[in-house]
Amino acid sequence: MTPERQFDVLVVGAGPAGLAAACCAAESGRRVGVVDDNPDLGGQIWRGERVHPHHKEAGAWLQRVRTASLDFLPGMQVIGQNGPGRLLAETADGACELRFERLILAPGARERFLPFPGWTLPGVLGAGGLQAMVKGGLPIEGRRVVVAGSGPLLLAVAAYLRTRGAKASLIAEQAAWSALLPFGLALLRTQPDKTRQALALRWALRGVPYRTDCWPMRADGDGKLASVTLTNGRRTWSVPCDYLACGFGLVPNLELPLLMGCDVRAGFVAVDEMQQTSVNGVYGAGEVTGIGGLDKSLTEGQIAGYAATGQPAKARRLVAARKRSQRFAATLNTAFALRDELRHVAAPDTLVCRCEDVSYDRVRRHESWRAAKLQTRCGMGPCQGRVCGAATEFLFGWPTTSVRPPIYPTALANFLESPANPASLA
Amino acid sequence: MSVPTCQVAVLGAGIVGAACARALAQADFQVVIIDPNPIGSGATAAGMGHILLIDDSPAQFALTQNSRQQWNDLAPELPDDCEFVKCGTLWLAADEDELDEVRRKEERFRAAGVAAEVLDTRQLAAAEPNLRAGLLGAFFIPDDRVIYPPCAARWMIEEAQRHGTQLRTGVSAIEVTGKEVRLSDGSRISVEFTVHATGCGTAKMLPGVPIRPRKGHLIITDRYPGFVRHALLELGYIKKAHGTDTDSVSCVVHPRRTGQVLVGSSRQFDAESKDVDPRMLARVVARATEFLPGLTRLSGIRAWTGFRAATPDGLPLIGPYPELPGLYLATGHEGHGITTSLGTAELIVDHLTGRTPRLPLEPYLPARFSGVPAHA
Ligand SMILES: Cc1cc2nc3c(=O)[nH]c(=O)nc-3n(C[C@H](O)[C@H](O)[C@H](O)COP(=O)(O)OP(=O)(O)OC[C@H]3O[C@@H](n4cnc5c(N)ncnc54)[C@H](O)[C@@H]3O)c2cc1C
Ligand SMILES: Cc1cc2nc3c(=O)[nH]c(=O)nc-3n(C[C@H](O)[C@H](O)[C@H](O)COP(=O)(O)OP(=O)(O)OC[C@H]3O[C@@H](n4cnc5c(N)ncnc54)[C@H](O)[C@@H]3O)c2cc1C
Repeated sequence: MTPERQFDVLVVGAGPAGLAAACCAAESGRRVGVVDDNPDLGGQIWRGERVHPHHKEAGAWLQRVRTASLDFLPGMQVIGQNGPGRLLAETADGACELRFERLILAPGARERFLPFPGWTLPGVLGAGGLQAMVKGGLPIEGRRVVVAGSGPLLLAVAAYLRTRGAKASLIAEQAAWSALLPFGLALLRTQPDKTRQALALRWALRGVPYRTDCWPMRADGDGKLASVTLTNGRRTWSVPCDYLACGFGLVPNLELPLLMGCDVRAGFVAVDEMQQTSVNGVYGAGEVTGIGGLDKSLTEGQIAGYAATGQPAKARRLVAARKRSQRFAATLNTAFALRDELRHVAAPDTLVCRCEDVSYDRVRRHESWRAAKLQTRCGMGPCQGRVCGAATEFLFGWPTTSVRPPIYPTALANFLESPANPASLA
Repeated sequence: MSVPTCQVAVLGAGIVGAACARALAQADFQVVIIDPNPIGSGATAAGMGHILLIDDSPAQFALTQNSRQQWNDLAPELPDDCEFVKCGTLWLAADEDELDEVRRKEERFRAAGVAAEVLDTRQLAAAEPNLRAGLLGAFFIPDDRVIYPPCAARWMIEEAQRHGTQLRTGVSAIEVTGKEVRLSDGSRISVEFTVHATGCGTAKMLPGVPIRPRKGHLIITDRYPGFVRHALLELGYIKKAHGTDTDSVSCVVHPRRTGQVLVGSSRQFDAESKDVDPRMLARVVARATEFLPGLTRLSGIRAWTGFRAATPDGLPLIGPYPELPGLYLATGHEGHGITTSLGTAELIVDHLTGRTPRLPLEPYLPARFSGVPAHA
C-alpha cells in the first residue's frame, strides 16, 4: 500500500534553489514540502553544511529553513508522475505518493562527462563524483590527482581534495586563456564577492599548476589508471596520477521536467518572468533553467517560491537581481564553452555508453539520438542515458527531447496501485 | 523537370515495410522505401518481439506458421544485434477452462504437424521456477523465439539495399495518386506500385481503412539472467486480444538475451496520448505479478507505450486497395506484426508478380471490409 503526503506547494530538490523556494513559499502560511534524494539538505554545494559549516551564505539560509514551517522529506527520490497533481517517490521503505497544488522543480544539474580512450579505467572519475566519494570517506591523502575538463568546478574540486591531503598535480582547463580573460575582467568589475572567492580559491591552490588550453586525450594504465596524456592541440605530454577527475561543464537534470511535459528550449527548462514553466502551476528554478551558479539558483528559487504562493510583489523585487545573475551566467558559459576538438578525442572503439557497451564508432553512424538508441541500445541501460546522453548532445548535437518513466530505476512493486488510486485487476 | 522512376514505393520503414522492401528487392523490383522517421521507430520499436504461432483462426495460424518458418530459416543470417533467441513459448493455464484450451490447442497443432507439448503442473514448475505454485499446466511451443525488432528491420533494409533499394528517411508520403507518390519535401516519385506499410498511419492517409490504434504498455527490468527462461503468456491473452472492445491487461513476460525481463501488456482503444498511464502500468505489473510473484523485487528501468494497428477481425490487410489501382496495403497487424511481417512480404510479392501463392490470398484482402470501397 502506498502511503501519501499532501502539500500546497511541493519543491523537488533541496539545493540552494529549492531551499530558497521553500522558505519563501512557507512565508505565505501554506503547507510546503521539500523532497530530496539525499539524506540531508543542501544540494550539490551545501551538502554537509549542517554538520560542517563552511559557507556564510549557507548558514543564513539554513537558519531560515530551520525557522520556516516546512516539511523536509530527505532520502526520497521522485521517480515519476502518478497522474495530475501527484508524484511517485521512492524511499528506503517503498513507494510514496506526493500530492501537490503547485510544484517547484529545482533538481539541479549534473556533470558532463566526455569519452576519451581509457576513460573507463578504474581511477578515472567525474570531478564532482570524486569529491562526493572523498566526502563519503574515500582516502585521498597523498594520492596524485589530475583535475581536467572545464569550468570553475574544477578549481572548487581541486581545492577541496587538497584540504583532504590529495596531491593535486595539475588542473587542466580546456578553455583558452583568451576566452577566460574577459570573464575574469567582468568578474572584477561586477562581482567583487566572486572575485574575492576566486582569489581565495587560487590561494588555496597555490603551487598547483592551472593550465588553460589543454585537455585529456587518453588515460593509460594496466587495469587501473597510471597516467593521463594531455594535449594543447600542438604538443602532447603525460602526467602520472592515481586519480583523474573530469568534468566538462554541467548539464541540467531535465528528466522530471520533461516527464511533466515542461517545454525545454535550447537545452533548459523554459520559464516565464515568474519562473513558471509551460505547465500551469509548475515552476522551475536553479540550474535546470540555465547553468549559472549559486546566486542565480537562490534568486530564482525565491521568485518561484513567492510566485507559486500568490506573493507576486515580493517576487518582482528580485527581478533585477535575477537579471544580474543571469548576465554573470552568460559570461561564464561563454568563457567556458567547450572547444570543437573535444568532439574528436574519442577513438572508434572508445565506449560512449558504458551500461550497454556501445562504442563511439557505432553511435556516430546514426542520424539522431533516437535512431542511435534504437539501433545500438546506447542510453538504454540502468542510467537511462544520463551519462552518454549528455556526451552525445555535445558530440553530435543531439538534444534530449523525451524521457521514459521511471526517471530512476525502481522495484516493480513501486508501480503497483496505491489505495488512493484504485483500479481493479484484469 | 524529370521525375525519377521507380517500380515500387514502400511507405513505412517499420518491420513490415522493411520485410516487403527486402522481398521485393530480392524479386528484382526497383524499390524505394520512405519514412519520415528513423528505421523501425514506430510500433516496431515499441513491440515485444515475440515470434510466435497464433492459432485463433485458420488464417492467422497459416500466416504465423509461414512467417515463423521464414524467421527460423533466417536465424543463421541475422546479425548478432537482432538478439534472436530460441526460448520457446509457454502458454500458461490457470484454471480448468484454460486447461481445456490447452487440449484443443494440442489437437490443432498435431493436425497441422507443428511441434508442441503439454506440460503438467510439475513439469511447468521445473521449467519456470519463478512462476507461482498451483498453475495447472502449460502448452509449450519449442520453436517460437524472441527478437529485437528495430535491428531486424534495419538488417532487412540493408539486405534490400544490397539489391539496389533506396532508403529515404526524413520525408513522408503525403499523397498517392495512381502512378505517383508525392512527398513532404515537394518531390515526386513515379511508380508502378505503392505498398502502404504505414501501420497506424494508414488510416490517416486512407480514411475508410478500418484500423484503430490500440495502445499497449510495457516495462523492462535491469538484468536478471534466468529469472524467466521462456516467453510466457497467460492463456487468457487471446480472449482479451480479440474478444473485447474494453481495456484489458494480460500477463506476457519475455526473457531478453541481455538478461532483462520484458513485462507486458495492456490493450486500450481510444487512448490518444502516448504517455505512460500510471494506472494502466500498475495493472500490467499487477497482472504479471499474479503469475510471477518475485517480479515485484526486480528493478524496472524503463516503461513505454506503443500502438497496435488493429482491424475488426484481428487479421492484417494485405493486398490491393480496391479504390486505387497500383496501391497495395500491408498493414493492420495488431499485436503480431513482428512475426507476420515475413508472411506479409511474401503475399505482397505474390500479388505483384502473379506467381502461385503458398498461402491463401483471400482472408487478408482489404476488400473483405465494407468500409473499404470494394469495386475491384
Ligand atoms: C557534482 C557537482 C558539484 C558541484 N560542486 C560545487 C562546488 O563545490 N562549489 C560551487 O560553487 N558549486 C558547485 N556546483 C554547482 C552548484 O550545484 C550550483 O551552483 C548550485 O548549487 C545549484 O543549485 P540548485 O539548487 O539549482 O541545484 P542542486 O544544488 O544541484 O540541488 C538539486 C537537488 O535536487 C536533488 N534531486 C534532483 N532530482 C531529484 C529527484 N528526482 N528526486 C529527489 N531529489 C532530486 C539533487 O540530489 C540535489 O540535492 C556543483 C555542481 C555539481 C553538479
Ligand atoms: C505493446 C506491443 C507489443 C507487441 N508485441 C508483439 C510481439 O510480441 N510479437 C509481434 O509479432 N508483434 C508484436 N507487436 C506488434 C508489432 O509491434 C507491430 O504489429 C509491428 O511493429 C507493425 O509494424 P509496421 O511496420 O506495420 O508498423 P510501424 O513499425 O508502426 O511502422 C510504420 C512506419 O510507417 C511510417 N509512416 C507513417 N506514415 C507515413 C507516411 N505517410 N509516409 C511514410 N511513412 C509513414 C512510420 O513513421 C513508421 O515508421 C506489439 C505491439 C505493441 C504495441
